[in-house]
Amino acid sequence: MPDYSITDLERWDEIIREKADSFGLDVYPQEFEICDHNDMLGYMAYSGMPSHYPHWSYGKSFEKLKTMYDYGVSGLPYEMVINSNPALAYLMRDNTLCLQILTIAHVYGHNDFFKNNFNFKQTRAEFTISTFKAHAHRVRSYIEDPSIGYERVENILDAAHALSLEMRRNRAIRKLSQDEERQRLFESSQPRPDPFHKIHRRPEYQPPDLRRVPAAPEEDLLLFIRDYNPYLADWERDLLTIVHEEACYFLPQIETKIMNEGWASYWHREILNSLELPSDLHLEFLVRHNQVVRPHPGGLNPYHIGLKVWDEIKRLHDDPTPEEKREGGSGGSGYDALFATRSADRDVSFLRRYLSEKLMRELDLFQYEQRNDDYVVTKVADKDAWRDVKETLLKSIGTGTIPVIKITDADFGGNRTLYMVHEHDGRDLLLEYAERTLQHLHRLWGREVALESFVNGKKTILTYNDQGFAAKPAR
Amino acid sequence: MPGAIFRPFRHSEAERSDRSAGDRLRHREKVRESIRDNIADIVAEESIIGKSRDKIIKVPIRGVREYRFVYGDNAPGVGQGEGETQPGDVVGKGQKEGPGQGDKAGDRPGQDFYETDVTLEELIETMFEDLELPDLERRAMRKIPAERMAKRKGYRQVGIRIRLDKRRTARERVRRILATRRHAGLTRPEETSAADAKRKPFHTEDLTYRHVVTDVRNESNAVVMCIMDTSGSMDTMKKYLARSYFFLLYQFIATKYRSVELVFIAHHTEAREVTEDEFFHKAESGGTFISSGYQKALDILSERYHPSLWNIYVFHCSDGDNFDSDNPAALRTARQLADVANLFGYGEIKPLGSRYYESSMLNLFRRLDADNFQTVVIERKEDIWPSFRAFLSKDRAKVADSAATPA
Repeated sequence: MPDYSITDLERWDEIIREKADSFGLDVYPQEFEICDHNDMLGYMAYSGMPSHYPHWSYGKSFEKLKTMYDYGVSGLPYEMVINSNPALAYLMRDNTLCLQILTIAHVYGHNDFFKNNFNFKQTRAEFTISTFKAHAHRVRSYIEDPSIGYERVENILDAAHALSLEMRRNRAIRKLSQDEERQRLFESSQPRPDPFHKIHRRPEYQPPDLRRVPAAPEEDLLLFIRDYNPYLADWERDLLTIVHEEACYFLPQIETKIMNEGWASYWHREILNSLELPSDLHLEFLVRHNQVVRPHPGGLNPYHIGLKVWDEIKRLHDDPTPEEKREGGSGGSGYDALFATRSADRDVSFLRRYLSEKLMRELDLFQYEQRNDDYVVTKVADKDAWRDVKETLLKSIGTGTIPVIKITDADFGGNRTLYMVHEHDGRDLLLEYAERTLQHLHRLWGREVALESFVNGKKTILTYNDQGFAAKPAR
Repeated sequence: MPGAIFRPFRHSEAERSDRSAGDRLRHREKVRESIRDNIADIVAEESIIGKSRDKIIKVPIRGVREYRFVYGDNAPGVGQGEGETQPGDVVGKGQKEGPGQGDKAGDRPGQDFYETDVTLEELIETMFEDLELPDLERRAMRKIPAERMAKRKGYRQVGIRIRLDKRRTARERVRRILATRRHAGLTRPEETSAADAKRKPFHTEDLTYRHVVTDVRNESNAVVMCIMDTSGSMDTMKKYLARSYFFLLYQFIATKYRSVELVFIAHHTEAREVTEDEFFHKAESGGTFISSGYQKALDILSERYHPSLWNIYVFHCSDGDNFDSDNPAALRTARQLADVANLFGYGEIKPLGSRYYESSMLNLFRRLDADNFQTVVIERKEDIWPSFRAFLSKDRAKVADSAATPA
């Protein structure tokens, strides 16, 4: 049993909170729940939510986590925070006092990030817990409904999960309605007012196809199917909505993993260093801190990379080299720059702006590709190639790992075929996965689905209809 | 700003909440389904013959992946080195996992592929779930008592001490006390006198015992005759295929029918009845008279298993390389066997390529047009499971057109 009581934690929490305030962190009210490893595994499997709808994939995730934990492949996180108001965090019961102090400070870092980063503005943190609970309740009611039942709900959820991340990336931009899109299409096709129209040749007028659905390429796959497949039942539409809403909730966390972990690590370090801990606690803190933020050779540790970049931002403003000073007066103090960045950026912009050539070399970032059975380093962050490595990095973080797929026509060929285009950026789709995902899509859409992509440099159309999957070169 | 709220750990709550139990159960079901779907591969891959039932087999699970649109192999990744990384360094191997073991920003789908351990016993159970001996008639006048099992059947007021149901007994007592009291016009237990409340003994009529009956289920008599060609022309590969086949059959019968009798016959030019162990492990040589095996089977049948009393299943595996002079006799005895048996199966082992130049009994057996006679050709390991299913599936017609090879 730990050698501290809840009262100790409350005392430390007060001190930490005072420090956090003085540093300028702006947080939601905070709640901590002490839990054991079983609870923690459970929370991890269900993304931290106290209430969540059932689906076998969470059972799978639990089994996987538990196996890895039981065999010592991976430990458990010391904490877990969810983006809600009040922010809810879980602390492991078996942590030492030092770890709890570190963790509480870390949690306030996340809390501040959730509250202030623009990506999280649309998640409506005050409703998080109740929304997930309502979702769980609705899904359970469909399962218990004798006219629906477990299996049919599972089928829809399977398919919806496969497509849940195919959505608009920037949720902060308002989505235009179909009518507004049509209006825009119409206006943009009108000839511009031309003061010299008397002498200019009249431009040829191309009437826009205003009957086309969708009016503009559509990225929200689940919502589009929900709204445009007339054969779906109400409960099926509701399931699609639920899965979409959950994906919307988690998207900002995918987008800001590196920033968020770096930010929390930055502040737990600052806060604990300012606490003037007794030397035994301080020593343990240093050890734990370095365990968390150490580099993972061969992979990317978001804690490590994030912390490095935040440090770099601070240094850039407080202590620039003469060269950097000449390049652009940054102005403002380091702290101001940190807080401005934490509000306004996401991983991609964060790294694009602040991951310098020097820092990349310091981190020894490299690019690897698969050659036969091996992963081989193809580029390192040297003078010639660092930009390429950086570009690859930016593509493989956040939503860069999710292929961009847009619906361009819901009535392709006049037979209600759903036609989609994959915006190919040099990376091919994994065909086996594409096939099975299209199968799910076909089940939801109820008619043939077609996806235009490039396979080995050739334009290819992948289709899935009642006869199954086919890949044909595009004409 | 108010301080944070700390909710302490409560043991009772933690024990109660196994929230993922339902989802785990469903996931395991899916794993089992996946094993069933891949069973043909597993049977072909693993040499399971003669292995102990506790042997653990690794089964790759493919069915429980969660599919999404993801990037394929030509997508480069970025990793972090320990300094001095040079182009050309190899940082990882294989498709299954990304390089290193750290958190990768990208999530390779390959990581979804994992293996699970099952014992041979579990595997066999899963395999035979939906198979049964076809055409099992209730031929018997005399039946074999199949399973003697103790079965619970209600409750009694008398019984032996070991079957005393304590919970029910206690409930009976409370019920009796309340009933007595209500009868006396008292409704609340508190109103009784203190002396009464102290002592509330059990009465004999409170005692409740579980009642147990012996459950005897009768099953029809059945005998399965396994006939295998062990002649010199049956080389190692052929014998391996034949034995795998019989092994499945044997395991199937042993799993499903406790009271089915098994007869093993090995033949070359002469036939012998052998033990199970000899049948699976002993090698012999010599020429081939298929009729000798069939004759032996007929002899044993007339001696011990009269067709009017027994359901008879005959399976024969051979490479079809019979002495020509024996063919008429083989056909005649086969016809006799088909007459008495419920099902007579002939499996011809023809390792790939040999099918076209070696002699075959299939042409001969084509003349034997009995409904209960079936032939299959086994060319490679992969054929074993489909052809086995073709023999035994409840819905034989459906499987037959996909699995059985044209004979």
